[in-house]
Amino acid sequence: MPEPILRVENVVKHYPLTRGIIFKKEIGQVRAVDGVSFDLMPGETLGIVGESGCGKSTLARLVMKLEDPTSGQIWFEGEDMAHLGPKAMRAKRRDIQIVLQDPYTSLNPRMTVGDIVGEPFDIHPSVLPKGDRKRAVQDLLEVVGLNPEHINRYPHQFSGGQRQRIGIARGLALKPKIIVCDEPVSALDVSVQAQVINLFESLQNEFNLTYIFIAHDLSVVRHISDRVGVMYLGKIVEVGDEASIYEHPSHPYTQALLSAVPVPDPVGRDERKRIVLQGDVPSPANPPSGCRFRTRCWKVQDICAEQEPPLVQIGTAGGQYAACHFPQERDILDNDVPTAALDLSEMPQE
Amino acid sequence: MSDPNASMAAAAPETVEKETYLGSDLPPAPGDKEKSRSLWSDAWRELKSNKVFIISLVLIVVFLIMTFFPQVFTFGKDPMACDLTKSRQAPSSEAWFGYDNNGCDVYTRTIYGAKASILVGVFATLFTMLLGGFIGVIAGFFGGWVDSILSRLTDIFFAIPLLLGGILVLTSFPASDSTNLYSEVAKVVLALGILGWTSMTRIMRSSVIQVRNADFVVAARALGAKNSRIINKHVVPNSLAPLIVLATISLGGYIGAEATLSFLGLGLQPPVISWGTMINDAQPYIRVAPFMLFFPAFFLSIAVLSFIMLGDAVREALDPKLR
Repeated sequence: MPEPILRVENVVKHYPLTRGIIFKKEIGQVRAVDGVSFDLMPGETLGIVGESGCGKSTLARLVMKLEDPTSGQIWFEGEDMAHLGPKAMRAKRRDIQIVLQDPYTSLNPRMTVGDIVGEPFDIHPSVLPKGDRKRAVQDLLEVVGLNPEHINRYPHQFSGGQRQRIGIARGLALKPKIIVCDEPVSALDVSVQAQVINLFESLQNEFNLTYIFIAHDLSVVRHISDRVGVMYLGKIVEVGDEASIYEHPSHPYTQALLSAVPVPDPVGRDERKRIVLQGDVPSPANPPSGCRFRTRCWKVQDICAEQEPPLVQIGTAGGQYAACHFPQERDILDNDVPTAALDLSEMPQE
Repeated sequence: MSDPNASMAAAAPETVEKETYLGSDLPPAPGDKEKSRSLWSDAWRELKSNKVFIISLVLIVVFLIMTFFPQVFTFGKDPMACDLTKSRQAPSSEAWFGYDNNGCDVYTRTIYGAKASILVGVFATLFTMLLGGFIGVIAGFFGGWVDSILSRLTDIFFAIPLLLGGILVLTSFPASDSTNLYSEVAKVVLALGILGWTSMTRIMRSSVIQVRNADFVVAARALGAKNSRIINKHVVPNSLAPLIVLATISLGGYIGAEATLSFLGLGLQPPVISWGTMINDAQPYIRVAPFMLFFPAFFLSIAVLSFIMLGDAVREALDPKLR
């Protein structure tokens, strides 16, 4: 068994809610990420899905050490990132890079593409002697499928997909080991999404990259991921390899999410029963007691409010973990499942 | 990048194949010959077709020539050569703007007066722009208690009206006997600048706060960039536009403020010639010799107006939301 390249252990990020201008009083906390653990193996792609506000992007920032966790550890190649000094951290950043969501805001509009993609070399001058940089930048542009002659153009002269390729080239410049992709395709057209996803895949093969791929589009994540983690309100509620999550999800939230994936086949679409969740995501400043999903779950029992379900292994195949008191593997195309959260027969009688 | 042999064939045979970054293979790329379009050059193209911009620019160029080469307009007349016998003579073909109380040629003095006014305007603007811009960048970028302290400090200075402050400073440090134009100008610049920087700070701070959390700053941080680099390369270039606009507009305001202070007898002092001092000189004779007041006041208005029009045109070009 190889060593994981990145190990995230029980990472927590709470943002204080304060009141007052000069004398700040803490009146609560937003629990953006609340106890997330996972291992990342070299060369694998971990997809992370969840709806808006569930803490995906905060998790990405924590892994990148753009923010310090409130508690918990992040180990990169056996080193605890919290104990790295500023200088050592700057050197570490060469190995772990990020591709951001919005290609329209992630590129400095006043810099040329050559300066943007070449900036990593300016920040880490030891990587490459000055004379080789222009060529390296052109090389990178070529690798991500852009015309290397466009080195003197500005970002606003490119389309969204091309801009995202520029962002990828910048992330790739230092030859990182891990790339954190924070919703890298959600701002793009569907046809362009496919091209960019394919680019990610071919780059992974070529440069042996490890990805953390964050998205809210399940079909995108399925395409690229080896393993998938589902987040809800700052916690991972289910994690497993791509096949087990997508074919027999066991956490009710995963099931509900998957039932919402558009099915292109009209026959399958008619047969499928959608699980429509009631209500909104509770505020992360005041999450429900016990299981966080209980306020929207159709299987809720008394125990759900009292005890928080731990992330335990599901099934015998191994590799699939879910945090639910009543996990039940379910084929989402199966017809004999309860149709919706409205199915009152399954609700506990008050 | 899939088949290395194909690329070897594609590369020019006489050049030695160099190990490329990332091991990909591409033929040596020729230099980019096409014209690149930066946002600044886009703004310039927009400005070039703006009539208001052209008119105000022409006027400003005329005023600048007056500042540095007044002889061009005065046909060798000396503004200090006065003849008391001609006191308050009305405009004639000999003296287009008439003579003032001391029998000096108003036209020549108006032309020479541009120098002090323009210098005060330009240097007061530069001073407030640098000081205010710097404080604004520090407050906006670092936030937290740094921002709190600097912002409250700005508020305190902001609460004092510019002219009142200028009067206070200039009366506390009364005119020396120096007749040197530059030291007089420097004094007025300091009096205006010491209170004028606050609006620059506010504009810069808010525009830095907008840029500070932009994704490209996050990306630079993720690459390991230091704060100094982030400020210089990312934050300042992207937050400068509002400051430039405010600076062009307030340049006109400073010229007016200088005239006001000089009119009150506090700013520039005779024998330094400025539009403000000329208006001050003319004030007792408004009824008998209105031309003494009219011409310097007219030049002052045109100068202020042209800088404000320039600022307006620049704002339109730099602010993409208005397009």
